[in-house]
Amino acid sequence: MTRMVMTGNYASAYGAKLARAQVIAAYPITPQTSIVEKLAEFVAAGELNAKFIPVEGEHSAMAACIAAETAGARSYTATSSQGLTLMHEVLMWASGARLPIVMTNVSRAMAPPWSVWVDHMDSVAQRDTGWLQFFCESNQEVLDTIIMAYKVCESNGVMLPAMIIEDAFILSHTSEPVDVPEQSAVDSFLPQYAPELKLEVGKALGFGSLVKPDQYMEFRYKAMEGMEEAKSRILGVEREFKHIFGREYGGLLDRYRCDDAEVVLACAGSVASTAKDVVDSMREKGSKVGLARIRAFRPFPHDEFKALANSVEGLGVLDRSYTFGAAGAMYTEVKASAFSAQKKPAMKNYIAGLGGRDITPKILEKIFEDIQMATKRREGPEVEWVDVAGLPRRWR
Amino acid sequence: MIEVRFHGRGGQGVVIASEVLANAAFRMGFEVSAFPFFGVERRGAPVTAYTRIDKRAIRIKSSIYEPDYVVVLDSSLLKGVDILEGLKPDGKVLINYPQGKKLQNLPTRFKYFVIDATAIAASHGLGSRTAPIVNTAIMGGFAKICDFVTLDAVLESIREIAPVKEEENVAAAKEAYEKTVEAIL
Amino acid sequence: MTKSHKDIPLTPISDTPSTMNATGLWRIVTPVVDRKKCKKCNICWKFCPEAAVRLVNGEPVIDLSYCKGCGICAHECPQKCIVMAKEGEQ
Repeated sequence: MTRMVMTGNYASAYGAKLARAQVIAAYPITPQTSIVEKLAEFVAAGELNAKFIPVEGEHSAMAACIAAETAGARSYTATSSQGLTLMHEVLMWASGARLPIVMTNVSRAMAPPWSVWVDHMDSVAQRDTGWLQFFCESNQEVLDTIIMAYKVCESNGVMLPAMIIEDAFILSHTSEPVDVPEQSAVDSFLPQYAPELKLEVGKALGFGSLVKPDQYMEFRYKAMEGMEEAKSRILGVEREFKHIFGREYGGLLDRYRCDDAEVVLACAGSVASTAKDVVDSMREKGSKVGLARIRAFRPFPHDEFKALANSVEGLGVLDRSYTFGAAGAMYTEVKASAFSAQKKPAMKNYIAGLGGRDITPKILEKIFEDIQMATKRREGPEVEWVDVAGLPRRWR
Repeated sequence: MIEVRFHGRGGQGVVIASEVLANAAFRMGFEVSAFPFFGVERRGAPVTAYTRIDKRAIRIKSSIYEPDYVVVLDSSLLKGVDILEGLKPDGKVLINYPQGKKLQNLPTRFKYFVIDATAIAASHGLGSRTAPIVNTAIMGGFAKICDFVTLDAVLESIREIAPVKEEENVAAAKEAYEKTVEAIL
Repeated sequence: MTKSHKDIPLTPISDTPSTMNATGLWRIVTPVVDRKKCKKCNICWKFCPEAAVRLVNGEPVIDLSYCKGCGICAHECPQKCIVMAKEGEQ
């Protein structure tokens, strides 16, 4: 194992390399480009035995991965925002076709306004595609999760694709120490991809056939089962990973100091990393706060949030995206799980960090204090936009 | 935790400077984080890069607002950019600037150091005459003014990161280390 | 200074034409045309992705305030009369 300083993008590239991706089809887009450039370097240097296909667009990138995976090859791609959304149609195909493709999405704001900076609108907008979604808070997690995702997704009972989400610039272009596992250790953890049914020369099969209304639902039911199975598979694979590599990430919901917390903030991505520092400093001053990091958004940690709702006075959710006409998507889903709990904590949604707007420790501290206030006075707006110029509330 | 902010223009190697520092500190056993902020990714545009150094693992992922050190790779930025924004009261500033020349219009409450990284880089054949790559030279200067990273660690880091002309880059950093002095205000 | 949400239009609209966006500073290498070899075929003008090549009396004149130095003109010229010289050394 080598410890190196590297960017989140390089961590993605190393993850795909160690997972022995066999087909890589990708199109460049800021801030994903260096993932694909690094992989191209690995392939050119003979360090990765993969077929590298430079395609003409993201829709084609996913189509190429679908074809490759259908032929039994472990495939990988990476994209961001406009590219991810361009792929939307074929994302649906990948999951419906039960193809365990793994993709890095460098989560970036959608245009207009044109932006290259982080937010989760692009990723969250794919929550209905049938893909597993992992939000990472560190470069190490990006590397490790790509390897774990292949194992989870290629499991017999799952067979669904996964996207590993790294925040634009905050992870993608930020260099930090990463432990790069030995190839032999990864090989012992992750076996070769060996699907039962695949496109083979000499064996004529049609994939993705027409199904009439009298049969369609049964296929969707099976996919649902695959996603439900993923919940336990994610935990099992992580246990195995910890055993071999010594690292773990909290399963579906990474709970930090939540056991005796009165107030918890739920969020996803790199902001959770900063928030853990804030939890520590607030705890030192006597506030019983905790942080629940949504690591897997799909499958959604329903049971975990139901249990959490039962044990806290206040549960805030920070969304780095927004569903217009409703509320933050993560808030809406957390609230749905909390609804099944016996106890109903005070709940509030904070819309923050869109288009790369920095979420500072000070802002997070104010959010925690706001949730604390909400537990005492259940009044005021349920959804609050944080740090928007022209609104009366000051957050910086 | 120590926080450093670098100012330069696209094409001068600002981001690499932040990574050279991170890598040097990492080799010395510190935990590090280095990241850029790009306005527009193009040559000539102002680029800011940051490095965090700490003994414990760094979890904070928001931007740096109150750096302990500011490093300026292009003195023409002194006119258009507030390079001192947020600098801590006992902060130190290192500027790529001709020796012996007076620094104008800067508040005296900070400590300023200068090194003619442009001349040093040019003399070692780094970059072109019109666009020398000053980042390794300035990192040599930084090793002089900071109290947590050694010149040796910086030189080792440069050897690892420099894609070409390793020894010229190392020589430039060494020369800059020797020649970095307090500024005349 | 961040403008209040009340003081901005519905969607960001720029009234600065792209002609104001002088991208010449992007260059690391600069095209240099050898007029003696040039046969005025206009291929460089046709291929320039930035419309930085203008034709003056049929001869290519490259607008260096926009030319980003991509080198496509040099690559496409059938006479090989365009050379990409290092910026500052042409």
